[in-house]
Amino acid sequence: MATKSLKKLGSDLAKSNKQLEILSGGIFADGELPTFKNKISETSQFPLKAKTLEILQINVGYMCNQVCEHCHVDAGPDRKEIMTQETMQQILDVIKTTGAHTLDLTGGAPEMNPNFRWFVEEASKIGIKDFIVRSNLTIIRANKKYYDLPQFFKKHNIHVVSSMPHWTRGKTDKQRGEGVFDMSIKALQELNAVGYGMPGSDLKLDLVYNPSGAFLPGDQSAMEKDFKKALMEDFSIQFHNLFAITNLPIARFLDFLIASENYEDYMYSLVEAYNPAAVANVMCTNTLSVSWDGYLFDCDFNQMLELPVNSKSKHISDYKTELLEGRNIVISQHCYGCTAGAGSSCQGVVA
Amino acid sequence: MAKTYYDPADLRKFGKITEWNEELGNKFFDYYGKVFEEGALTAREKSLIALAVAHTEQCPYCIDAYTKDGLQRGVTKEEMMEAIHVGAAIKSGATLVHGVQMMNKVNKLDG
Repeated sequence: MATKSLKKLGSDLAKSNKQLEILSGGIFADGELPTFKNKISETSQFPLKAKTLEILQINVGYMCNQVCEHCHVDAGPDRKEIMTQETMQQILDVIKTTGAHTLDLTGGAPEMNPNFRWFVEEASKIGIKDFIVRSNLTIIRANKKYYDLPQFFKKHNIHVVSSMPHWTRGKTDKQRGEGVFDMSIKALQELNAVGYGMPGSDLKLDLVYNPSGAFLPGDQSAMEKDFKKALMEDFSIQFHNLFAITNLPIARFLDFLIASENYEDYMYSLVEAYNPAAVANVMCTNTLSVSWDGYLFDCDFNQMLELPVNSKSKHISDYKTELLEGRNIVISQHCYGCTAGAGSSCQGVVA
Repeated sequence: MAKTYYDPADLRKFGKITEWNEELGNKFFDYYGKVFEEGALTAREKSLIALAVAHTEQCPYCIDAYTKDGLQRGVTKEEMMEAIHVGAAIKSGATLVHGVQMMNKVNKLDG
């Protein structure tokens, strides 16, 4: 189990250019597999273009109480990148002017940002239709100061989206750390207790499933059924929807793929499962990702690879709809992760 | 000539069997695909049956394929091992039940 970020360990793979080099080299450089650009060109879907902004995803910092094995953010307690209140204010100013219907806070553990509650309170006043916080669940039990989070979420009608790799302790703890399963179960029960995830409840509680190893997620609705049955039978826990998300070959997951000699097979799986119908709905076409320091990216993955938006408007303080809409999306081979099978996005399948 | 009879990378080439007989190859893959669709049995149950049979057939390609397929469906390693024991039990049972034939023959020949 990981205890430190790649960055803290001084790993080569903590550098985004090294990751991009791997993703462009080897089987993609020698033509054994088609590059993503060539693949989407086959169906005349290159270049991918941004449509109207619908979802603003904010990464409020890379600090996290967990060090998950496959984290694409390389998050952990040793990461110090934290969004300032000033950047948050710039984001609030922009939200008021855009037609985005969804605000999606992620991290790290977003709740660990010292200005998290202020930001949620201010943002909820704006009247966004769907206000998501991606909570890792264990944070709710990590420290007394977080115990009231379920009530806080409820007060601001936050849509809680939480990671849950499996309905069994063994598989969950292997991926997310010793004790994570029990704490997550407790947190889910507390969310249920205040009304989250209950049938018919407006307090939305969705779970995110991503595979614990070098394989793709199974059918989302079949997995949802299995999760619901097991969590209900074993712990009387209820939730609304399950989002199945494919692991993208970047950061810690890329490190794992290479170290376990699964990299080539995994890339083959992604390319073989390529689905042109998913390309039409990939999340980068209606989402903007804002980094902890206010820069704009096509998605959270491009943020981690330090691939900025292809636009003159590069920072939230300089946000201009007319410059961002219609921009060409920046792609590399990691994009295959969002177009495999039924597709993958932060909201689950797309095709 | 390849130095080993089994190369894991050959599994990816399975589809190529249609190149030398398109009609039969396609019929097989259509049938195969249909068999594994959700039906009276769930796709998950079928995956576990396939894993057990992969072992009794001792097909390394099938073992790789259905181990991965099981993981993708959230099948746990405990479930996988139990499924293999079902296959193993039938295999050993099939051997031992022939013991009755041996006993019949002994009884007939040697009273």
